[in-house]
Amino acid sequence: MSILADENTRLVVQGITGGEGSFHSRQMLEYGTKVVAGVTPGKGGQKFDDKVPVFNTVADAVKEQGANASVIFVPPPFAADAIMEAADAGVALIVCITEGIPAIDMVSVYQYLQIKDTVLVGPNCPGVISPGKCKIGIMPGFIHLPGRVGLISRSGTLTYEAVKQLSDLGIGQSTCIGIGGDPIIGTNFTDALKFFNDDSDTDAVVVIGEIGGTAEQEAAAYIKESFTKPVAAFIAGRTAPPGRRMGHAGAIISGSEGTAEEKIETLRNAGAHVAESPADIGKMLKNALN
Amino acid sequence: MNIHEFQAKEILKKFGVEVPEGYVANTPDEAEKIAEKLGGGTVVVKAQIHAGGRGKGGGVKLAKSATEAREIASQIIGMNLVTHQTGPEGKKVTKVLIEEGVDIARELYLGIVLDRAKSRLVFMASTEGGVEIEKVAASTPEKIIKEYIDPAIGLQGFQARKIAFGLGLEGDQVKNAVKFLAALYRAFVQTDCSLAEINPLIVTKQGGVMALDAKINFDDNALYRHKEIAELRDLHEEEPLEVEAGKYNLNYIKLDGEVGCMVNGAGLAMATMDMIHISGSEPANFLDVGGGASAETVKNGFKIILSDKNVKAILINIFGGIVRCDRVAKGVIEAASTIDIGVPVVVRLEGTNAKEAAILLEESDVAFEVGRSFQDAAEKIAKAVLN
Repeated sequence: MSILADENTRLVVQGITGGEGSFHSRQMLEYGTKVVAGVTPGKGGQKFDDKVPVFNTVADAVKEQGANASVIFVPPPFAADAIMEAADAGVALIVCITEGIPAIDMVSVYQYLQIKDTVLVGPNCPGVISPGKCKIGIMPGFIHLPGRVGLISRSGTLTYEAVKQLSDLGIGQSTCIGIGGDPIIGTNFTDALKFFNDDSDTDAVVVIGEIGGTAEQEAAAYIKESFTKPVAAFIAGRTAPPGRRMGHAGAIISGSEGTAEEKIETLRNAGAHVAESPADIGKMLKNALN
Repeated sequence: MNIHEFQAKEILKKFGVEVPEGYVANTPDEAEKIAEKLGGGTVVVKAQIHAGGRGKGGGVKLAKSATEAREIASQIIGMNLVTHQTGPEGKKVTKVLIEEGVDIARELYLGIVLDRAKSRLVFMASTEGGVEIEKVAASTPEKIIKEYIDPAIGLQGFQARKIAFGLGLEGDQVKNAVKFLAALYRAFVQTDCSLAEINPLIVTKQGGVMALDAKINFDDNALYRHKEIAELRDLHEEEPLEVEAGKYNLNYIKLDGEVGCMVNGAGLAMATMDMIHISGSEPANFLDVGGGASAETVKNGFKIILSDKNVKAILINIFGGIVRCDRVAKGVIEAASTIDIGVPVVVRLEGTNAKEAAILLEESDVAFEVGRSFQDAAEKIAKAVLN
């Protein structure tokens, strides 16, 4: 097993005919993901690369192709709408890669999703991968190794770094989730930890956080209360100055809230093995497993 | 994005938020004329810089007449204002806001922020006007009134009344506060603010409710739909190197250390800064060159990093996932051969074709050191700084 994505995932790509969308659709197909449909309003009836049918709406993709997950490569002004369209069409999982969606749009999207039976991952994230089964997003597939460790991260390339460290140590992954670097995201650390807690094929979890917000502290509280598996963690941004946005819209220390030190301390108090150095994330997980 | 107080007040006024009458002056002459226009009585002269703490730094003063306003303006315009937010080097004041004096009965705090944990906007109010909300939150959290806003229906009247009564307002004050709160919420949502802080929010002796100060930040992600707001950006308030980097679409933040770094991805960039610190030196910057790390972006990255004279060595840390490392290596070599770098450079490329990339780097004419791992690269850069 794995969480969110597996061999039964039937993916629709929103924005499949755009530059990013078409490039990564090919990459996902190459990895073995069942990309069953694309959506570009107005281009319904076409075929992407002569094999993937393109529809005008996500609802059509669900009806005609049985799509049960969506990945979004739509530009920021239209991405919030794309998320809601996918939720309305009833897909179980929505992965939004788009970076730069206005926060107020996401406040409305978040509220809209409360009454829908859909899990949103992102926005501004690399996506979700269950190695060997299904890749939804923009991460390089080859660094992953099928296995029994889950990974949750707010970052992109730092996630790949951690995955590579794990794979180099021979530690495979059940599912890796990039939850995204924005202030408002669909699936947070705690939500993802709950999925892994219930997954019998995940033995331990790596949490990669960063400065800004309190999501890691909330995750620490959940780990302390209810999480039954070992956790290794790393928090980026110890050297980041307060009040500055470090690339990600959500990576900002406001006042005294959201510092790396505070996150590290609360995670340690919750029993997580927190790596001091980003070069030791893999080793930390190995220690946690022993 | 940050704007000046006078700009914030102009925007708020358009939405019906009550603010004192005032105008901005660039010279003492203008200051005097504005003070006369305001009736010639008491006015406040306020330095316009982005940092907070202006009053304590001597950037906000009362003037009892138009002549005095002129005198004070001549002291403030051109001064180097140092506050707890400007750093010891301070900020040069180029304009002042001249505002009518108001009869203050009470000073309160009001703010709207995005609560990330609840994914909603929240009004925060407190009776402790003039005090930083973080301090109130730390010492007397029970004094903060919070109202979360349902995005589908917006701020409701009962919520506004809850805040007003919670602040101890009565009679006409409540009516005025409710109007004020509704207007502030409209301004926030319609201009895509990321923060609005009215500190202090004042109650006048006549029962009016007014923004004596106003700090507004905008969501950078939403500026595409607010061209008129994007134009309010004051580049003088920003670090020149960061403005320069922005022209190249590079995400650069200047820091105080001596190791420049160039990384693809914000999370890995922060982790690289942390790694430099762990290895015994300090990062000179944050720089995310984006996923692709092309020759062009690397070249511009070098230019920006080298403009910082504190930089003694440069660490390049690229995770080539979809982009192949040998391609990135060629780009790095190409970029380096067109500019005079003059400081040691350690390059660490990880991912697809990393080995081929290392060979390319080692065999090139450019004197790069190759980091074999994250750890190795950090150790090499620490050594390079010492030499």
